[in-house]
Amino acid sequence: MSETVLNLNDTQQPRNETRESKGLWADAFNRIVRSKSSLIGLIIVAIFLLVALVAPVIAPYDPINDSDLVKRLEEPSGQHIMGRDSQGRDIFSRLIYGSRISVQIGVISVSFALILGVSLGAAAGYYGRWLDGIIMRAMDILLAFPSVLLAIAITAVLGPELRNAMIAIGVVYTPHFARIVRSTVLSVKAAEYIEAARSIGCSDLRIIMRHVLPNCIAPIIVQTTLSVGTAILDAAALSFLGLGAQPPTPEWGAMLSDGRSYIQKAPHVMIFPGMAIMFVVLGFNLLGDGLRDALDPRLKQ
Amino acid sequence: MTRYIIKRLLGLIPVIIGVSICAFLLIHLIPGDPARAILGERATPESLAAVREQLGLNDPLHIQYLRFMGQLIQGDFGRSVITNSLVIEEFAERFPATMELSIAAMTIAILVGVLAGVISAVKQYSWFDNISMIGALFGVSVPIFWLGLMMQWLFAFKLGLLDASARLSVELRLDNITNFYVLDSILTGNWEALFDSLKHLILPSLALATIPMAIIARMTRSSMLEVLRQDYIRTARAKGLKEKVVIFRHALKNAFLPVLTVMGLQFGTLLGGAVLTETIFSWPGIGRLMYEAIMQRDFPVVQSGILIISLIFVFINLVVDILYSFVDPRIRVN
Repeated sequence: MSETVLNLNDTQQPRNETRESKGLWADAFNRIVRSKSSLIGLIIVAIFLLVALVAPVIAPYDPINDSDLVKRLEEPSGQHIMGRDSQGRDIFSRLIYGSRISVQIGVISVSFALILGVSLGAAAGYYGRWLDGIIMRAMDILLAFPSVLLAIAITAVLGPELRNAMIAIGVVYTPHFARIVRSTVLSVKAAEYIEAARSIGCSDLRIIMRHVLPNCIAPIIVQTTLSVGTAILDAAALSFLGLGAQPPTPEWGAMLSDGRSYIQKAPHVMIFPGMAIMFVVLGFNLLGDGLRDALDPRLKQ
Repeated sequence: MTRYIIKRLLGLIPVIIGVSICAFLLIHLIPGDPARAILGERATPESLAAVREQLGLNDPLHIQYLRFMGQLIQGDFGRSVITNSLVIEEFAERFPATMELSIAAMTIAILVGVLAGVISAVKQYSWFDNISMIGALFGVSVPIFWLGLMMQWLFAFKLGLLDASARLSVELRLDNITNFYVLDSILTGNWEALFDSLKHLILPSLALATIPMAIIARMTRSSMLEVLRQDYIRTARAKGLKEKVVIFRHALKNAFLPVLTVMGLQFGTLLGGAVLTETIFSWPGIGRLMYEAIMQRDFPVVQSGILIISLIFVFINLVVDILYSFVDPRIRVN
């Protein structure tokens, strides 16, 4: 009886896997566009990058110098659609310019983690033995700290500056990249094509760069996308605590910190920067999840 | 089982040593002279020398580390350079506040997260599933300090329903037994204080619960979906068991393993998130203590604080691993 049920179920499953493949990237892009949630993520990220790119063109006011203390904390109006902040500056313009800083944070801190993590992970996986032991134990130790706390502590001792906040975030994110790369390297290290490359006299560096690392591209891209979102979130938290971007920089977390004192009188000063952070991070999360499914359909269940 | 626990405890030693080295080196990351960084630009040479002496900065690095470790083993976590009080005492005093907040947050996160995850999995692609998964996505994307402030604005300032800061209203008195205010007020039968401390606890614990709640809901859902497809679930249904029994006794029990791991990790992360939440809600716990120490450049407190919190974090993860091996004996063998 149970067997017939099984068979029935099997035949009911649609089989449309015969579609022609157009290569990994084209396929992945198609899958992202077809999935509603990752398409939304892609659109949010695209808008975010576009706004950052053309900020000076679309921002109606200067984010730092156009201040009018008499009209400070003014509520949203036709002229200032998001109102004015504690220094009488246009919040909308500051948000637009803030996207540039967020792009900068995402790119710099994640690149830091990416370069460091990939090199360490590749070295650990490829050379193995004591080097692997040392590197991966160090990564375990970094993971033994709660990440936000470690970033806060590093920024605190290096000095409250956006640059130091980005370094701290980079350090905190490094182990995640190292782990991904190491496990992929371990899984391909014994493959015959690696042995072949070695036997025709390729250097270790060439083998790692040309033959090993391309295998980790997909998980690295997913991790990078997700990390950009959390980096923006963490940097905003650091700036909010006064450890990252300093006033008058229109960084979103710093803007929240500025609005905090006026939360009862002028909640609009806080509402908009928080929403900006939330939507951008959401965009990167959606896109990252979508990329994971698109680049490795086996993982999707 | 005992062997497994001993093995795991021994495995902790290198991690603890590594963590202590990191915490030790933290103070040496300060650009320039740490003593000057603590005291500021206008410090006199005498006070600089005194702080250097107190922190033992005059000795070679390895001697400093060995002394640091020697003191740690004796339970001496140093003194604050601002208040001169013992760091360990400050932490012990504030620890119950953070634990109360974390336990409340974790309780909310587990109850709501697991329930939402189970319902979403059972009714996959229903409106409930869609809404709770969108909610979970927002939950991991929202800055919790902003969410906390928005909740303060709405529930405390606009509606006046709940309290936005501190653990208890100033005019109330409460005899401290455990320093867990909710527990203390129950133990002493002080119902007014119980009601008041709950009113103070709800907003910060909700804010702190947001991220773990979202992650637990997503994890429970995907884990449940996987289990629900398995043959023994079909067998259980075929036997004519009630759906409730199938889902909670048969499916959830097995789906719970990965969720348990996530819970452990999240509980540790709460301690990090507590810095933000406690700062916003003026909650007198160790997170706020850390924040104040950072702002006053009280580096010995920062150093010991991060060490203590990380040790708690490592310890919680160990407990979760051991629990895990209890529930799933296969772990012990591997």
